[in-house]
Amino acid sequence: MPILGADMKAGTLTEWRKQVGDRIARSEIIAEIETDKADVEVECFLSGVVEQLLVEPGDTVPVGTPLAIIRVKGEAAAARAPAPAPPAPAPAIPSAARRPTAPPAAPGARLRVSPSARQLAEQLGVDLTAVAGTGPDGRIMRRDIESAAAARVAPAKPAEEALDRQARMRQAIAAAMSRSAREIPHFHVTLDIDLSRTMNWLTRHNKARSLKERVLYVAPLIKAVSFALREFPELNATWEQDRVVLKPTIHVGVAVSIRGGGLVAPALHETDRQSLDELMDNFRDLVQRARAWKLRSSELSDPTITVTSLGEEGADAVLGLVYPPQVGLVGFGRMRQRPWSAGKRIVTRPTITASLSADHRVIDGHRGSLFLAAVDRLLQEPAKL
Amino acid sequence: MNEDEIRAVLLRILQEMVPQEDVAKLKPNVRIRDQIDLDSMDFVNFLVAVDEQLGVETPEKDYPKLATLDRCIAYFRSRLATKK
Repeated sequence: MPILGADMKAGTLTEWRKQVGDRIARSEIIAEIETDKADVEVECFLSGVVEQLLVEPGDTVPVGTPLAIIRVKGEAAAARAPAPAPPAPAPAIPSAARRPTAPPAAPGARLRVSPSARQLAEQLGVDLTAVAGTGPDGRIMRRDIESAAAARVAPAKPAEEALDRQARMRQAIAAAMSRSAREIPHFHVTLDIDLSRTMNWLTRHNKARSLKERVLYVAPLIKAVSFALREFPELNATWEQDRVVLKPTIHVGVAVSIRGGGLVAPALHETDRQSLDELMDNFRDLVQRARAWKLRSSELSDPTITVTSLGEEGADAVLGLVYPPQVGLVGFGRMRQRPWSAGKRIVTRPTITASLSADHRVIDGHRGSLFLAAVDRLLQEPAKL
Repeated sequence: MNEDEIRAVLLRILQEMVPQEDVAKLKPNVRIRDQIDLDSMDFVNFLVAVDEQLGVETPEKDYPKLATLDRCIAYFRSRLATKK
């Protein structure tokens, strides 16, 4: 079960997309899971053949729990398979993590129960010996416990189960932001940026484009941040075990507000290498999927920094909390027309207030303010973005 | 297409975009984005849907003309009339 954010403790497997014996390539989708924040397509991090599925659909398991065993090319099949040559199997995941799909059952005697079903039975006070299993070989599954519990006078369900998805998302955000406020010594710097060059360039760029192809100004903002990160690699990093870990690639997490409340910040990958058109296409797709609760595991686990933009409405500036273990969050307030000093004249310009919230263990205010100055400089040359 | 028909199309599109809101309650002469939570991408998606249903593609320079429901209706009515 991949960890897809500092706030994730467990996930529920909802569907296997591959079965035992299927070939799978790296980055291909192997399963779907449900977390507090999204339905997530889990990408496989290996290429090979699916040898064993270790978790049943419907099971909720803690992060770090192995979901499947993949045999990579060149590895021998596991001992039970009729392998012609029997060298010691080299599992794709540590052998200590291997476990059978069900507890070894003594003939006719022991109950076969999935671990999460056993846990649920304890929570709900269901007598396992009175439950008929519907899983393979009569194994008792979560659904069997749920049916058994529903068939009698139901005890109060755990509060967690009664919460709807949005409430669970709120809890996840609460956990991550509390950790951020508790652990990260924040500082904030802000800078007002004249966006007229960027907006004029976009007007020209969009003129001949259809509605669907037009680039919104959020794309140059993300691109400018990405280029600036090349100059300030300490902000494209995480803080892990009391030290900073610089990340070799720039994956900007973009904060997407969910209708009715809530927030998720999935990654746009390698944003410094995408054209503005590509960035816009990918951003549009990401927002749509985030709001439909459909994200990929790498999008939730990969962000190396977060950008939040308030768009055209609301507050002038945003001073956010860093999403741990990241070390920086760049905020953009709403774009607004306001008086601007241009030489000896006062003119009206579209402006935006950029902010950096950063982890003081990693970077100091001086470097932070230079970073924002770099973002400003890059936005004054939009054709180069 | 008359005003009421255009209004019905626009409200149907908006309702699909923000199912949790009741767009029938929108005040026609108050900024739409002051009444329901739409961001700039939603706004573009709204225009894409209008284009698909009314056959009117809105240039970027006309975006400020679409702040309220009444102004949207007047704008699309005028664009449809010019198309004929």
